[in-house]
Amino acid sequence: MIEWFTWVQLAVAVAAGLLCLILGLAGRVPGDLANGSLALVELLLVVQLVVAIAAPAFGNEPTGSVLEFYTYLVGALLLPPAAVFWALLERSRWSTVVLGVAALAVAVMVYRMLQIWTVQQA
Amino acid sequence: MRGIGRVLVAVYGVLALAAVGRSFVQIASKFDEAPLAYALSALAAVVYVVATVALIRSGRGWYRVAWLTIAFEFAGVIVVGGLSIVEPSLFPHDTVWSRFGHGYLFIPLVLPVLGMWWLATHRPVPAEREADAA
Repeated sequence: MIEWFTWVQLAVAVAAGLLCLILGLAGRVPGDLANGSLALVELLLVVQLVVAIAAPAFGNEPTGSVLEFYTYLVGALLLPPAAVFWALLERSRWSTVVLGVAALAVAVMVYRMLQIWTVQQA
Repeated sequence: MRGIGRVLVAVYGVLALAAVGRSFVQIASKFDEAPLAYALSALAAVVYVVATVALIRSGRGWYRVAWLTIAFEFAGVIVVGGLSIVEPSLFPHDTVWSRFGHGYLFIPLVLPVLGMWWLATHRPVPAEREADAA
């Protein structure tokens, strides 16, 4: 896990989450901006997955439970597609809010992943 | 389930995912350490999943299931949360309900209240009117 990348990812997820919450509460149906921000969150999660798989080969080992780390990562990977699928299915302002909830949940999960990798003792 | 209720379902879905994930990790890696606490975690996870499904589906049957599961969650978070503070030795290992859902930003405490409020204000329409509407 690359720490600076994870912080960038965390900032993007929080920003996307707040953006979608604001757009949704302002009454906007999910548009390219909201869906695009979730796509970016998902893309960074895929990069994180690749980094996590490769990192141990470069001597960058997690300090905590590998199983728990990947449970969070796989769970986080499921959220943005599910929320966007929902947003495409039902075009209402609340779907935009749901996109925001999904992005914020990803942010919490990424933070937990960072803790597991860097400070949790197995 | 329409409107802002969609957001409630989404938060339920996320909590169900979190509970299933944590329970999976606990059972896969350290079930022997605290079988009771971890079995309880698994039960709670299943109930969250059923509650999420029940909120999505319509009809009187699912409405009743939603009430049952959400009331069960509320009882769980109150009883286990209370006991974990008064008598911490009973729950040395964390469950989703320990200290009123402290490890989950207290969402397990707040969510059932919102869920029951939603159910109380959105009763299903009687069968004959449902047929009329369709």
